[in-house]
Amino acid sequence: MEFAELIKTPRVDGVILHRPFMPKVEGTLCLTGHHLILSSRQDNTEELWLLHANIDSTEKRFVGSLGTIIVKCKDLRVIQLDIPGMEECLNIASSIEALSTLDSVSLMYPFFYRPLFEVIEDGWQLFLPEEVFKDLESMTDEWRLSEVNKDFSVCPSYPSLLTVPKDIDDETLCKAASFRHGGRFPVLSYYHKKNGMVMMRAGQPLTGTNGRRCKEDEKLINATLCAGKRGYIIDTRTIAVAQQAKARGGGFEQEANYPQWRRIHKAIERSSVLQESLIKLVEACNDQSHSMDRWLSKLEASNWQSHVKEILTTACLAAQCIDREGASVLVHGTEGTDSTLQVTSLAQIILDPECRTIRGFETLIEREWLQAGHPFQQRCAQSAYSNGKLRSEAPVFLLFLDCVWQILRQFPCSFQFNEKFLIILFEHAYASQFGTFLGNRVAERVKLQLSQKTVSLWSWVNRPQELERFHNPLYEPNNLVIWPSVAPQSLLLWEGVFLRWNRSTKCLDEAYQEMVHIIEYNKELQNKVNSLRRQLAELETEDSPLQTP
Amino acid sequence: MEHIITPKVEDVKLLNRYTEKKSTLGTLYLTATHLIYVEQTNNTRKETWVLHHHIASVEKHPLTTSGCPLLIHCKTFQVLHLLFQRERDCQDIYQSLLRLSQPVKEEELYAFLYNPHQNEDDRRRGWELIDVSNDFSRMGLSNEHWEISHLNKNYEICSTYPSVLGLPKNASVATVTGSAKFRSRGRLPVLSYYHKDMKAAICRCSQPLSGLNSRCMEDEQMLEAISQANPNCPFIYVVDTRPKLNAMANRAAGKGYENEDNYSNIRFQFQGIENIHVMRNSLQKLLEVCSVKSPSMSDHLTGLESSGWLRHIKSVMDAGVFLAKVVCDEKASVLVHCSDGWDRTAQVCSLACILLDPYYRTLKGLMVLIEKEWISFGHKFSHRCGHLESDPKEVSPVFTQFLECVWQLSEQFPCAFEFNERYLIEIHNQVYGCQYGNFIGNCQKERQELRLREKTFSLWPHLLENHHQYRNPLYRRSLKSTVLRPSTLPLHFKFWCGMYNHYDKGMHPKQSVVDQLLSLMQRQVDGEKTMTDLQRQLAVADGVLPDPSGPINTSAKQDSPREKTPTATVVQSNGSCSPLNNGAAKEAGTDSKQHNGEEGAEPAATQHGVTSSKEKPVSVETEHSKEEVQESS
Repeated sequence: MEFAELIKTPRVDGVILHRPFMPKVEGTLCLTGHHLILSSRQDNTEELWLLHANIDSTEKRFVGSLGTIIVKCKDLRVIQLDIPGMEECLNIASSIEALSTLDSVSLMYPFFYRPLFEVIEDGWQLFLPEEVFKDLESMTDEWRLSEVNKDFSVCPSYPSLLTVPKDIDDETLCKAASFRHGGRFPVLSYYHKKNGMVMMRAGQPLTGTNGRRCKEDEKLINATLCAGKRGYIIDTRTIAVAQQAKARGGGFEQEANYPQWRRIHKAIERSSVLQESLIKLVEACNDQSHSMDRWLSKLEASNWQSHVKEILTTACLAAQCIDREGASVLVHGTEGTDSTLQVTSLAQIILDPECRTIRGFETLIEREWLQAGHPFQQRCAQSAYSNGKLRSEAPVFLLFLDCVWQILRQFPCSFQFNEKFLIILFEHAYASQFGTFLGNRVAERVKLQLSQKTVSLWSWVNRPQELERFHNPLYEPNNLVIWPSVAPQSLLLWEGVFLRWNRSTKCLDEAYQEMVHIIEYNKELQNKVNSLRRQLAELETEDSPLQTP
Repeated sequence: MEHIITPKVEDVKLLNRYTEKKSTLGTLYLTATHLIYVEQTNNTRKETWVLHHHIASVEKHPLTTSGCPLLIHCKTFQVLHLLFQRERDCQDIYQSLLRLSQPVKEEELYAFLYNPHQNEDDRRRGWELIDVSNDFSRMGLSNEHWEISHLNKNYEICSTYPSVLGLPKNASVATVTGSAKFRSRGRLPVLSYYHKDMKAAICRCSQPLSGLNSRCMEDEQMLEAISQANPNCPFIYVVDTRPKLNAMANRAAGKGYENEDNYSNIRFQFQGIENIHVMRNSLQKLLEVCSVKSPSMSDHLTGLESSGWLRHIKSVMDAGVFLAKVVCDEKASVLVHCSDGWDRTAQVCSLACILLDPYYRTLKGLMVLIEKEWISFGHKFSHRCGHLESDPKEVSPVFTQFLECVWQLSEQFPCAFEFNERYLIEIHNQVYGCQYGNFIGNCQKERQELRLREKTFSLWPHLLENHHQYRNPLYRRSLKSTVLRPSTLPLHFKFWCGMYNHYDKGMHPKQSVVDQLLSLMQRQVDGEKTMTDLQRQLAVADGVLPDPSGPINTSAKQDSPREKTPTATVVQSNGSCSPLNNGAAKEAGTDSKQHNGEEGAEPAATQHGVTSSKEKPVSVETEHSKEEVQESS
């Protein structure tokens, strides 16, 4: 097997592991094709199992013959391994390096992983577009499911089934696709049941410098407007960036050609800028120097919180257009696979209570991220410790999760899931035993046969034992639109991710347990009271004939 | 009333602080104590009451086309932006408020008018509720090393100290009086906190009058006596909370700090907390940051940084943590001072007390701590809060900073405090509100002369009566780790939106976990009561118990727990409800868990009807996100 060639030293004894806020552990280090394992052989709880895919970068140091490898993980954890023997250390380091940067997807762990649990509900079969469309059909008959992309030739990054206006035929779709970046013609993202308004998303129109237009594209999006109503086009880029895009064949909708639409530009940064922001933020969080000024200025300079604010603001805007203005919305940026998806998915969380349930949130991620063609594999290839040359890595999904957390913090009783759920999604997007986040688009996943060869994350998450961990005990369903505040004072640093390894969570865990205890105890108490009432009522009916002669 | 020129003005606009589109129209009233703004739209009537004492500044801005603007900044960080139709009205209100918000004599303060319908007995009992000398006995004083001294009973040794002092037993009267003469304003080293288990003490004083090279035998003996009173450590720490540069500058004026060569066995340390003027300016900058209209994230963070506010909070916290560490890790005693020993020293000593002793993290314990370290040790509340018309350079948010440090701790240790954020904010508002007598005057002697105990009421009973809303539902009395060891890395300090943007409700979480849990706990109290009643009725119906009150169905109808008074139900509650009775509550807690075990398996037939929070405001409009459509389209 190929892995054996990469592992020169599979085992080293007497290795010392240092982890933040945990006592150091001495044990045996083993390398397998997919894991770095450290076992003290005394106590199972002391073991470390680390996926190679989770390793973002490594550093090695030597003091005499004692080598030290610092392992920086994609989940932002930093651990240190002290390895006796220079040769062993070098071998281990080079193996980790090689194994954590495997190029071939089919060598990834999900293809080798066999679940130790019984799959009750196959996550791969859960969120099929046909099923999702059935829900839509129950609310409106103005849309249809098109198979125009069934062989992924019209738009390689779209799924095979797409929801489009009923009156638009496949030919029109093909022409509109040729006018949109990556063939991403406008498709339905969300239908607002309350007033029948819709949100669509697309790639940028390819107007180019000479202002090309496309009647079919205009017809397609106009078909989503009610008679006499205007719609909003939300371009996630600034007007300047959108202008520049013209030179490369892109552009934005000209007012003259889209008279029924009002265009609004926002300023969500491109993905490469976001990656740099993440690197700076994590660097600031790991800076142990004790100056307040330095921390605040680094936090500010990282711009991470600004991105959070900008994305949330844009999502609120989209939601307002739909809910308050009663208008339909088209969202796009450049490719329509990053900032566009952040905005459309967050707007749905604001508008649609269903998206705040665990199942609904999974559906949202399936629909608006996985099937919508967010290139997970490229974006999550490296995380905050990447120091090499970056290709297309960017924390687009992490920023989305951060924004969800911000809303969750402001509406702690409106979500069925808790922060832990968001954190595991972050972890699994970057490194996982499950196949869900592999590949960049549906077409690739089909080709890789992920649904046959790997286990879906949802198969695991949706088991009752796991669901319990992610359940928010404060949850009480509410059908309202929830408007988050986007004032800087209201947006906090997501400590659960960024300070996770820089603090002891003991006190916070205790607080969470206490909260669960109060809620559980209350439920039990109410049950008991009800049951006593019943008993009493039964006794009374038995007794009453005796008491009243 | 003589200062009120116009008691009522109609058609006054109240502008929203951030977006002008959300302004309201209403009527403004001035009373002897309050400014009241009544907003009348259709069927809703909303009142905003502002205590005159809470007003920090009133600014009249130049006339605009839309009216005559008046800007009112409050000490509670509320900002009112009013717009008058007629300049006359604006001018009248402006003049009245200028006068009303700056009383000249103590007797004009609200506390001297305020009567919460209590008789003299209640008043006296109220004032006796918190007794600092009880805290001495709680700490185990007197003992073989420390004694309670009445040397200062007429405030002759130190006029700004309390009459009762904790002193080392082996310090002679000559030593005490001699040391007092060598300390700024006679504020000699005395006990602040005694740690029973470590036998270590935290003592406080003012700076020595050491100048460039004077020394004082008695003062040296005094420190020696403090050192000897701790058998566990051969030396004491002397902590000067000021930046070194400030302390050195004081030497030229005949003051300064302890020379390590002159005192045997001391370890001297500076802590670098800035003075009251720096703090005042810093808060000013912070408040400017808070009031920027639609700021970018970068504006906010840059502003936060340049205000220096969190840097100062961290410096206070660092010093408090240092003290606690010295006491519990090295079992060493420590003497703390700054210049006069009533600002930074009070902050640092009280913070160390909270870190070391879980008692001070209870509702009542915090009252005791504030009485002890702040009120009785002469923190100049009247000057620092600007209760009366006085030198604005004396005003400084020293006490606010202390409250913020406690809040920062409660964020790191969510189960360690019996009270919630609301309690801290309420205390803050009351300190500035002068509705109660506690925070009037600058030292105990002054308070006695003002006869506050006869003429005003104490705040503490009022807070205890309302303890339900101030409780932290997550509080765990049983927490084993009694000493708090917070991280003081900069990234663990947060901006306290709940305080400085308290009145900007749109910025706060729209659903409150604390309120949700508090209402659950109230239901729990009710539920437990109901359960006991039902069990008794069942027993009666079964014939196990004799029937006390006739047919069961009558009493069954009356089991509504809400008819009971709150005080009665608290005693019945399980676990963490009763704030004043640690021991009993602990037993009740274990008790109820056993109940759980026995009966938890019973089938759940009906739903448990969690209805309380359905009506909670959920879809509250957000200032910032709302306007976007109009602006950008």
